[in-house]
Amino acid sequence: MNKEFSVTYQFGFKQIALICFFALYAPILLLVFYSFNAGSNLMLWEGFSLRWYIEASENQLVQEAAMRSVIIAICASVISTFLATMAALGTTRTQPFKGQQIIFILINQPLMVPEIVTAVALLIFFAIIKNFTNYFGLGYLIAAHAAFCIPFAYLPIKARLDGMNLSLETAASDLYARPSMVFRRVTLPLLWPGIMAGAMLAFVISLDDVIITEFVKTPGQDTLPTYMLGQLRRTITPEINAISSILLAISLLVVTVFFLFTRKKY
Amino acid sequence: MTRQLSSLEREEIRRKTTNNWLLSMPALALLLFAAAGPLVIVLIYSFLTAGSYGGVVWEYTTEAWFRVLFTRDIFDDTVSLSDAHLSIFWRSVQLSFMTTLICMFVGFPTAYYIATRPPTTRNIWLFLITIPFWTNLLIRTFAILELVRNKGVINNSLIGMGIISEPIKMLYTDLAILIGMTYVYLPLMVLPIYASMERFDFRFVEAGFDLYATRIKVLRKIILPIIKPGIIAGSILVFVPSLGAYVTPRILGGGKRMMIGNLIELQFGQGKNWPLGAALAVTMLFIVMIALIVYVRIIQKSENKNA
Repeated sequence: MNKEFSVTYQFGFKQIALICFFALYAPILLLVFYSFNAGSNLMLWEGFSLRWYIEASENQLVQEAAMRSVIIAICASVISTFLATMAALGTTRTQPFKGQQIIFILINQPLMVPEIVTAVALLIFFAIIKNFTNYFGLGYLIAAHAAFCIPFAYLPIKARLDGMNLSLETAASDLYARPSMVFRRVTLPLLWPGIMAGAMLAFVISLDDVIITEFVKTPGQDTLPTYMLGQLRRTITPEINAISSILLAISLLVVTVFFLFTRKKY
Repeated sequence: MTRQLSSLEREEIRRKTTNNWLLSMPALALLLFAAAGPLVIVLIYSFLTAGSYGGVVWEYTTEAWFRVLFTRDIFDDTVSLSDAHLSIFWRSVQLSFMTTLICMFVGFPTAYYIATRPPTTRNIWLFLITIPFWTNLLIRTFAILELVRNKGVINNSLIGMGIISEPIKMLYTDLAILIGMTYVYLPLMVLPIYASMERFDFRFVEAGFDLYATRIKVLRKIILPIIKPGIIAGSILVFVPSLGAYVTPRILGGGKRMMIGNLIELQFGQGKNWPLGAALAVTMLFIVMIALIVYVRIIQKSENKNA
């Protein structure tokens, strides 16, 4: 259609949008491109090679950090999704009840408070606990990650529940299914895509976290992001590009699957 | 609802409320333990005395709060405003404000463009906006670092085109932080504007054209007032994390160009003044809460107007 007669046309908007998309992707693509650089200069192309990927994968510190990142992300996403599912079942499809607002505020609290504030709060709090218990393991990181992942897991599960009406469950109850049976055979299968979507969001959020991890970790407990942050102080080699690209690929994969799970059908 | 509830119905409501609370309890317990609860401890720490090697001594004082804005001369105890802190506060507010503004001017046309695509391609555009959103903040900041360094892509291509002869020094300046934060938080502006744009009914625009309005007038008088809540939501979503930014100014400001987040970290690291760090953290939290309250007020107001 001629733009003169289009209802939606606005001068310059298309150009700004296209520049915006270009600006969003160009830096990331450049970073991925240079991770295949053969030379050790960050911005001087010396030919294609997988050298930095091999060096990163053979670096023991990177291996350990990657391992730790994955363990924390799996534990945090399982815990937060489990708790978020219960909370979502308790707060959706119900009459407004006493204290519902408090529950909403608490659940969304990690989204409202700047991460640096939560980070120093946890630094202080866990320092006190460490003093009393002498426990220095990964538990602190897992607890912190699981807590701030709850709102991210909660949102898609709540959205899914809001879209399910109670008629199927009522029908099952009318047919003399016990509540546990209704939950296992009707509610849970219908809710499953929401739960998976929530778990994936939580996984990506935990995997990518920098600030809270940086403050909560005991020395020697680097995850991939905090390892990279530490490396930025020294001379940077394209190894960081390679690690970034791998993390990027994992996030991209999980987000794509998430997108397919939650896609609206037309 | 004037009808008196029977005792049976009241019992039923009470049972359901208890049940809902029991289901939410484990999540709330974890959040209280590892997110919301420790914030109270920060408040307490801001009123304690700093230990000499980090940590605190359990003695009440308002010294930390005093030090947020003022400084005392070591020789003659004269009190003056703390220039270092004020300049960091000022930089944080200024940079966050400009980041929000730039994101608004780029984000609104982008959201508009996505929302006016046909439904099939619209989802793809939307997906393209969400990918950077879910990409690691550190990686995105790092990508900008490689762009703005002296021998980075921007300088090299400007020199290549003959526009400048010497590289512009961008890394470790406020400009670098501004570019970085705009880049990192832009999707947070586009998504809420898109959400309100998606429900926009373009028959209003047609009506406007029928009444001889120009495109600019249609934009100003019809589209902008209706999607205002989306723009405000986006602004808050960009402004709040910008103000609390830590990673971006640390990498692109190189430790010299600090924002409040870096100042807080400094007190817990080299500064070894935990109470001051805690007081600064509470201050930041306070500013963010004010921003959120203003946001809720504006949203309620526009809802009342529409209703």
